[in-house]
Amino acid sequence: MSDKQATIDLELAPATAPGQVTITDQTVDETAVRRSKRRQFLGIDLPRMDVKLGLGIFLTLSIVLFAVFGRYFTQDPRNYDNPTFSPPSAEHLLGTNNLGADVLAQMAEGARGSLMVGVTAGFIAVVLSLLFGIVAGYLGGFVDEILSLITNIMLVIPGLPLVIVIASYMETRSMWIIALVLGFTSWAGSAVVLRLQAKSLRTRDYVAAAKVAGERTHRIILVEILPNLLPLLAAMFLSAVVLAILSEAGLSFLGLGPSGAITWGTMLNQASQHNAFHVGAWWWFLPPGALIALLGCGLSLINFSIDETINPKLRSAPEAVRAVRKAEKIARRNQRAKAAQRKVVKR
Amino acid sequence: MSLEVDHVTKRFKIRKGFRSSELVAVNDVSFSIQPGQTVALVGESGSGKSTIAKMILRLEQPTLGSIKIDGIDSREGGMRNYRRLVQMVFQDPFASLNPYHSIGHHIERPLRLHKKVSSKQETRERVAELLQRVNLDPDMADRRPHELSGGQRQRVAIARALAPGARYLIADEPVSMLDVSIRLSVLNLLARLQREENLGVLYITHDLATARHFSDEIMVMYKGDVVERGASDDVILNPQHEYTKTLLDAAPEPANHGKLRQEVRDEHLASQAK
Repeated sequence: MSDKQATIDLELAPATAPGQVTITDQTVDETAVRRSKRRQFLGIDLPRMDVKLGLGIFLTLSIVLFAVFGRYFTQDPRNYDNPTFSPPSAEHLLGTNNLGADVLAQMAEGARGSLMVGVTAGFIAVVLSLLFGIVAGYLGGFVDEILSLITNIMLVIPGLPLVIVIASYMETRSMWIIALVLGFTSWAGSAVVLRLQAKSLRTRDYVAAAKVAGERTHRIILVEILPNLLPLLAAMFLSAVVLAILSEAGLSFLGLGPSGAITWGTMLNQASQHNAFHVGAWWWFLPPGALIALLGCGLSLINFSIDETINPKLRSAPEAVRAVRKAEKIARRNQRAKAAQRKVVKR
Repeated sequence: MSLEVDHVTKRFKIRKGFRSSELVAVNDVSFSIQPGQTVALVGESGSGKSTIAKMILRLEQPTLGSIKIDGIDSREGGMRNYRRLVQMVFQDPFASLNPYHSIGHHIERPLRLHKKVSSKQETRERVAELLQRVNLDPDMADRRPHELSGGQRQRVAIARALAPGARYLIADEPVSMLDVSIRLSVLNLLARLQREENLGVLYITHDLATARHFSDEIMVMYKGDVVERGASDDVILNPQHEYTKTLLDAAPEPANHGKLRQEVRDEHLASQAK
């Protein structure tokens, strides 16, 4: 790690400031300082706080807070006593729909629905990919063959069409069933990644050392291997949530979403069925669409930041960029200082 | 009462597409280690040294032959009973400690698994005691591996190997990844612990100088075979096998000790000119 960073610094610094020995020294010092600044939690590198991560957390957190507390500030989303198709006003901040329900209230209820479907499906997907990926990768042999076969079959079945087929077979679809179906159809990709990770981790010396110490297999998987995969699991969970929320919206738009429940997807479906676009009721379809996009954006931004800490190719990238900038800055400062000195000497 | 490796062979199957071939990593090797004795296993990378270590630790199964410790066959009885008797120090101290867990965890687990302690209080005391035995500050129990230097980590690994109260220790190139400046202190620590505990040590290395200094007996391995064995001084001072001679020639010349590279080069050129 330290060697790698040193070589990156040495490779990059001369490219921008040729022949400046002092600058390489400076950048090496900088890496040392920066490494000590890297925050850790239980031995895991935490993502660096920057604009990307900040924006991602802000977007996600605001939507989650809106989902949790929104309903205390809005009316009942199924109260149809209001005037229909009324545009945004002080009384109804996002107007009302064709039945007279308050769109803001429906948005809050829909946020709850979409997030619940997303998180449940994401959780199921991660647990299944853990089961199939890590067990197959760690145990190897016959178990690996069987589990990999199932994973590969799930991998080549196209996800959304399968979900559409399953969903259209069910008479009544509760939110939980939709979440279950989405979770059960989206774990295979992560399982492949986890299997390879587990295959690589099982040959690490600390796993061998745990075996030599007398640890049992399940403890080696749960206590020695799993914690080292936490950042990866977090990233997988977030992308599974995004995928599930988008799939749920897609399903609902097609009319195959949860029946009776309100989600952003069902709102879009209703709006399209009642010609909201042609009527010009933009306040009905724009907010759910925008929030789906913003939530997906926020979760993905968080994911990029996690990726920078777990992907060895990206890990040193921001640091290298910073090192180059720093070197350039110092080079400019040195030049200015020299120029100033020359002036003084001339006088 | 000894660790006995009896005519052990290990073959690996290598599959390349539809073709499969066999690699003989260890070919019919036998030796024994008594408590209090250090045996060095010397050889280049790929000569089968580490495979022998893994087979003794039961991380790999021998294809043929048997390994017995104090009469217990490695394949019989509970894994834990066997591993209570033999422990290992790995080559790379940066890989052999789990980055996620504290130093205390690494030493605590073998203590608990082998029922050496009964209460939390006792565990903490034993961990502190073991850390002190390897010349580390007991406060280090709460630290994580990334905060420690290579030498400190290797001391932790040694403490972990001592925790179950093993009678035999396999040290697989324990200092090859460490800075030269701290190698000797780690080796001296191992030697001291061996005397105190009357351990039988298998010291795997490619460094003939330390092998001679720290062990009673040297075995030289080449491509899976033990090509030469004997008392340390005999093997080093009077090598019989060609490969041992090559190994000795590869080591730096003690006569050039303390000289600058330029001086050595000048002398060489001068002798050529004559």
